[in-house]
Amino acid sequence: MTGDATPMQPLVAVEDVHTYYGKSHILHGVSLHVDRGEVVGLLGRNGVGKSTTLKTIMGLVHPHRGKVLFAGKPITSLPAHKLARLGIGYVPEDRRIFRLLTVMENLRTGLDRHGMTEARKQGLLEKAFAYFPVLAERRNQAGGTLSGGEQQMLAIARAMMLEPKIILLDEPTEGLMPRMVSQIRQIIDVLHREGVAILLVEQNVPLTLEASQRVYIMEKGAVRHHCPASALKVGDPLIQQYLGV
Amino acid sequence: MSTVVGLLQEIPYQELLIQTLNGIVTGMILALIASGLTLIFGIMDVVNFAHGELFMFGAYMGVVVISATGSFWLALLLATLIVALIGAALQITTLRPLLGRDPLTTILATFGISLVMQNYALWQFGPVARKIPEPFSGQFTLFYLEYPWYRVLIAVLSAAIIGAFYLFLKYGTYGIWIRATTQDRVMAEAMGIPVSWVHTAVFGIGAGMAAASGVLFGPLVGVNHAMGLDWVLKAFIVVVVGGMGNLGGSIAASIFISLLEAYASIWVSPAQAVIVSFVVLILTLLFRPTGLFATPK
Amino acid sequence: MSKRSATVYWTGFSIILALLILAPLVLTEFWRRFLTEILIWGLLAMSSDILIGYTGMVSFGHSAFFGLGMYGAAAALLMVRPPNLWLAILYGLVGSAGIALFVAYFSTRLRDIYFAITTLIFSQIFYVIIFTWTEVTGGENGLTFRRPALEIPGLFSVPFSSETLHWFVLAVVTASYLILRRITQSPFGMVLQSIRENEARTRAIGYAVERYKMVAVMLSGLFAGLAGVLYALQNRFAAPDFVYFLVSGETVIFNVMGGIGTLVGPIVGAGFFLLLREAFSRFFTEYYLIPVGVIFIAMVIFMPQGLLGFMRRWLNQ
Repeated sequence: MTGDATPMQPLVAVEDVHTYYGKSHILHGVSLHVDRGEVVGLLGRNGVGKSTTLKTIMGLVHPHRGKVLFAGKPITSLPAHKLARLGIGYVPEDRRIFRLLTVMENLRTGLDRHGMTEARKQGLLEKAFAYFPVLAERRNQAGGTLSGGEQQMLAIARAMMLEPKIILLDEPTEGLMPRMVSQIRQIIDVLHREGVAILLVEQNVPLTLEASQRVYIMEKGAVRHHCPASALKVGDPLIQQYLGV
Repeated sequence: MSTVVGLLQEIPYQELLIQTLNGIVTGMILALIASGLTLIFGIMDVVNFAHGELFMFGAYMGVVVISATGSFWLALLLATLIVALIGAALQITTLRPLLGRDPLTTILATFGISLVMQNYALWQFGPVARKIPEPFSGQFTLFYLEYPWYRVLIAVLSAAIIGAFYLFLKYGTYGIWIRATTQDRVMAEAMGIPVSWVHTAVFGIGAGMAAASGVLFGPLVGVNHAMGLDWVLKAFIVVVVGGMGNLGGSIAASIFISLLEAYASIWVSPAQAVIVSFVVLILTLLFRPTGLFATPK
Repeated sequence: MSKRSATVYWTGFSIILALLILAPLVLTEFWRRFLTEILIWGLLAMSSDILIGYTGMVSFGHSAFFGLGMYGAAAALLMVRPPNLWLAILYGLVGSAGIALFVAYFSTRLRDIYFAITTLIFSQIFYVIIFTWTEVTGGENGLTFRRPALEIPGLFSVPFSSETLHWFVLAVVTASYLILRRITQSPFGMVLQSIRENEARTRAIGYAVERYKMVAVMLSGLFAGLAGVLYALQNRFAAPDFVYFLVSGETVIFNVMGGIGTLVGPIVGAGFFLLLREAFSRFFTEYYLIPVGVIFIAMVIFMPQGLLGFMRRWLNQ
């Protein structure tokens, strides 16, 4: 095991990260952290760099400057597949499930790891099917045939197969019906109770404030505000300022 | 009425039958070569110009092993393994550094590799063609014809190799890794799949398949340094006609084109019969540019 | 271009031109021909650069254009008595333009890799036709013919000497270079470059991308054919080997080695490659392609901007 975070150390720490896409300077010194088992919200308008922040943590893009730490150890230049094995799960915007693979095969991409016994794999699968019964029903169907909401569940379940210590959730409720939205809300709670940390990027402000312990607000590629979720109400002028249309 | 009967009598049935068999045999070899090519393209967007040379190296490895041990089967096995490793090594040294760059660069790099490999073979083995002896001779009779058993073996073995690979892709653990990486490289990486090693493995597998074709095909023609060129062109045509990255499509296209060429060779010389494949390509590009056998998404 | 850099550019240009003009007077026969060959291959590579470097279309079809130019010239020189220089050029250009039209029609609808493969296959189609149609093209053995005289009808007619041929080639190549340069710097050339940068955006702005691509292919084919005519003039034969796709491959190698998108780069690349070939032939005889190939691969990986790009960077430091 690559060393659990000591109680004082955050699970994931992002320190003054500058990320570019080609010549575009997207992140201008983003700093934030997530402690073990915490649910942290990341709010902001479209295009401020929230997804890029998640991608930087996941090692899908590498910053030009700054550091990303996992349980105190620098992971800034590690490739994404190593980070997935270390315990970071990623559920991207637009889900990105493997459309031509079946539901089972999608889950297996996360299950087939070093040191996984058949028993443990079975256990994880059963857990996923317990949380998402519809996936059990459709287990041999191709991912591309699932509805939007079902794909979102599959994307989350797939990340859970990695037994991650933190899951990076990028706009999980986008485009979903209210019934599905509350199901996502419940999943976040369940994961929280199991001790999985979550970094939640969302446009849905009320849900984020409810589900998170702390929130960060980003604007133009940097963190502008940071406070406990309880300190903000939906109608707060700050919300209006940074997120208002 | 009598003209119809007359026409029917004109049709060279015997020839057609032989050419049908020939077409299937050549088609299976082409399918084996093209499968590797389309796989490599599908998963990492690399147009492997050196694929024909991997085929050629396989044939030469076969020659070397047979002259050392006398066993055709050992030659087939070792040639496949050795060339698979060579392929993997090539991918690691020359293609990995090019990841993320303009696709033109991989075309150029593999073109350069093909030049080096061809001339290396010429240097080591000389310009005189070598022979791989058939593992067994003998023919069987079909209607009034005699057809060599060995050729049937080629077709069967090629089909078996492709079939085995297909099963591996569908049901094996690493098969899922390969399929996931082909569909979404970034997300596969985020799921813990070591994508660059998957790429290397696929390149090696493709190389191995090309090598196996080389050994299987060796007894039918002479083994020489230029044998890869014609095959790589045909393989490219097959890949385009079958649909880039479409395994089933390239197999179907291989057999289709090979049959047509085989029939054409009844009436024209083999050198001119290749025009058939060109015509098929042009027609495909005009009317169904995504591939004749491509499944609409 | 700023006033200052324009003067630098034209000074450099004049110096190099002067050197090339004087060269045949001081070089031995062998090196004289060598230099002329560099110019001819350089022209071929320049024509290819229009597609690769400026429009962003990788083409392996140049051997077809080159070969048709060569055979076109051969046709003129064999069929029309007395052999006429300008007719040879005309036939060659018409031949290659025709092929270019054919290729352009089919391939400009295709993107990137499909285009590359298709041009490759087309060039092979022509190879097969030329190789097998022995009655017309001489098949495997090709055609031989005599070199026509340099003449302006009614004024004078003087047979080519090695030096005058070199100057003629130099004049043609220089004129081609200047014409191509003018074109690439014109609005048309700008659109081509915009297609290379971002085809979708260019289309969205409203340009008929397919038409521009077709013109680019035609242009490229014309000058490649011209190179073929020059080659026929210099060597007095036409052979199918030059239509084989390896020639296209080598052309692309010249482009990359020299630096794509620079027009001059490909000429430098041709020179560099031919020099390497000469040098390595001494030690490796006919296997020179092994070390040259390795160098090429290394350049693709480590020096993708080519020699010219590399020098530019080096000079800027």
